[in-house]
Amino acid sequence: MDLNIIWFILITVLFIGFFFLEGFDYGVGILLPFLGKTDTERRIIINTIGPVWDGNEVWMITAGGALFAAFPHVYATMFSSFYLALFLMLLALIARGVTFEFRSKDDSPTWRNTWDWTLCISSAIPALLWGVAVTNLIQGIAINEKMIYVGTFFDLLTPYTVIGGLAFLFVFIFHGAMFLSLRVENSTMIENVRALSLKVGIVAAVSFVACMILTYTNTDLFASSLAAISLILAAILFVAGYAFAWLKKYTLGFIMSSLAIVLTTIAFFAGLFPRLMVSSLNPAWSLTIYNASSSVYTLQIMTVAALCLVPVVLIYQGWTYWVFRKRVTAKNLEY
Amino acid sequence: MDAVLLSRLQFAITSTYHFLFIPLTLGLSLFVALLETLYVKTNNDRYKQMTKFWGKLFLVNFAMGVVTGIVQEFHFGMNWSEYSRFMGDIFGAPLALEALTAFFLESTFLGLWIFSWDKLSKKSHLVCIWLVAFASNLSSYWILVANSFMQHPVGYTINNGRAEMVDFTALLTNPYVAGQFSHTVLSGIVTAGFFVISISAYHLLRKTHVELFTSTMKIGLVWTIIGLFAVMGSGHLQAQSLVNTQPMKLASLEALWETKNPAPFTIYTSIDQDKQKNSAQIAVPSLLSFMVYNKPEGEIKGLKDLQITSEKQFGAGNYIPDVPGLFWSFRIMVLAGILMIAVAFINALLVFKNKLSQYPIALKCLLYALPLPYIANSTGWYVTEAGRQPWMVVGLQKVSAGVSQNITNTEVWISLIGFTLIYTVLAIVAVYVAIKFIKKGPETPLQSVKGGRV
Repeated sequence: MDLNIIWFILITVLFIGFFFLEGFDYGVGILLPFLGKTDTERRIIINTIGPVWDGNEVWMITAGGALFAAFPHVYATMFSSFYLALFLMLLALIARGVTFEFRSKDDSPTWRNTWDWTLCISSAIPALLWGVAVTNLIQGIAINEKMIYVGTFFDLLTPYTVIGGLAFLFVFIFHGAMFLSLRVENSTMIENVRALSLKVGIVAAVSFVACMILTYTNTDLFASSLAAISLILAAILFVAGYAFAWLKKYTLGFIMSSLAIVLTTIAFFAGLFPRLMVSSLNPAWSLTIYNASSSVYTLQIMTVAALCLVPVVLIYQGWTYWVFRKRVTAKNLEY
Repeated sequence: MDAVLLSRLQFAITSTYHFLFIPLTLGLSLFVALLETLYVKTNNDRYKQMTKFWGKLFLVNFAMGVVTGIVQEFHFGMNWSEYSRFMGDIFGAPLALEALTAFFLESTFLGLWIFSWDKLSKKSHLVCIWLVAFASNLSSYWILVANSFMQHPVGYTINNGRAEMVDFTALLTNPYVAGQFSHTVLSGIVTAGFFVISISAYHLLRKTHVELFTSTMKIGLVWTIIGLFAVMGSGHLQAQSLVNTQPMKLASLEALWETKNPAPFTIYTSIDQDKQKNSAQIAVPSLLSFMVYNKPEGEIKGLKDLQITSEKQFGAGNYIPDVPGLFWSFRIMVLAGILMIAVAFINALLVFKNKLSQYPIALKCLLYALPLPYIANSTGWYVTEAGRQPWMVVGLQKVSAGVSQNITNTEVWISLIGFTLIYTVLAIVAVYVAIKFIKKGPETPLQSVKGGRV
């Protein structure tokens, strides 16, 4: 297996980590104003992701950095093509990042309510935009022979990519609800989470299936059997997750929503392989793991570094979840 | 304005804003770790109070640093994608390593530190903050490795129309990075020190929590004064290395148009960049040569000669950066340093003779001196980055060649205005929150509010 393929897999792993972890962070953030009936409840909800959200966000930053290091042309083309979309995402991520720190630092209800809605909206924007971005990668955008995007911002918004965005958004909300049901203690809150997750879950399932059908008609993802099987399995597991939520088997519900996200990510990357960005103008102009990569030397160094460091990160991040395994109660809230 | 100029402006605004918070993160993480170490060693609750008080301010500042850091990472791809193509083989590696070695560590253990006061043992909790402090400073090393390459490229070859890495160790041991890294970390220590002593001065002036803040003042002053001397030393070494690594930057800092041996150090002059000459000069003879070579003679190349050399090497063009801007930024930075030393020394003398309460004027000076480290940090970075113009990577790629080809003026205007607005709003909010907590003083846990509008 050559280094380019190893790096394709590593990038996939980073995006899996990002969508799985930030998926529930975004979901919890979006649900906050709808589920928190009192200030204490809202603080409990924020504190379920309080210790971990920043570490989770680093998966995205690392995925970006890894793209830069291993496939600089993909980094350059992707970030400049999605200019305005990323600008919006950055505004959201800036607002989101400071919300945790600022929200409970003033007693005024208006202040806190404003930040709660900020967290909701600033979590929804990146969730939606990542769905739009991923579906654009596989559908193909107008990349010319110099790897430069020649379309506009609005060309990125097609029915398929908008449905893709909605699918990501609602799957993340459901995922967040499953996470919350495992992290809060109050049984009324858990019941509220369940009621909402059953509503959101239907929208999520419908948009996910719609996205899957459009993926079949608009892209060549199903040409890869690994991608096809992963995507179909993801849909089945998501529906299973919904059933478990209905049955109040929340642990299984969370496992299923997690697996659905992991498999969806695998499906899109497997569908892309060996490309990373598809050109809609000419298949030969697509960015692949070969024409967009760094030199062998750089890939060698980065491979050694990544293979040593990623397991260590997994161990200490995993340990964090162990330290915070107890459900969050109204006592000892930090945020 | 075209997309190049707008993108430069946007990057300058983002990085200047980002670097308002970063030095404090670097230094204050270490300071908080020190305080918690004292708490664990002595079991004295006062140190715990201090740790929590400064820790809270650290967190507000840290959040601001993190969110602007993400913008920095994205800018390279969004606005400077041609640069990213040309340099990605070299520049991407330290960035990815920064995320893998430092960002994960810092964010994960900071989360643990905030939330695990009663979940972990005292010692494990202490380890968390030391890991945060280590990771913050480590991340500055990686990003400065990347930046140093732009100032002084090493360990590369030009292949396939781009710069490719051939020697990773050369990149890590770039002679430029040692000076930059030590100067940055030390200025972080000074910034944190000044932050601590200025805020302590505020409470001592108001006579609130006097015991606690007298004790912080003492620790803070020792910390700051050591930091100030070290930062000046490292700055001196860094400036000395410029004669080999970036002679054009050195000559611009000194507004030295003609090659001279020995070269004088100019204290004041009026610079005419278009006519390439100075008037009304106040200078100390031979001092520049002495500062660079540690002896009263030695040739310093002037801007005109360096321009000719550059034209021979790279073809026609203007290779001289903004001389008045560099000249004055450098002097403002140095002056800010001198003022900081003066204020810190006076207060140190008074506090260790237990006479500080008799001289509120000294405390007032200290309080109003808080902007000084920030001024020094910003002007220092201006010198570093404006001093490599017109190059993005010195000798390899010009700034104008690095900009994304597909972004329009409208797009950059939108993002420029959007970022500037959100930065302004957040600065106001962050300062509001910080002042609130500074006034409140140590330890009152956050409360839930009743009857919140939901």
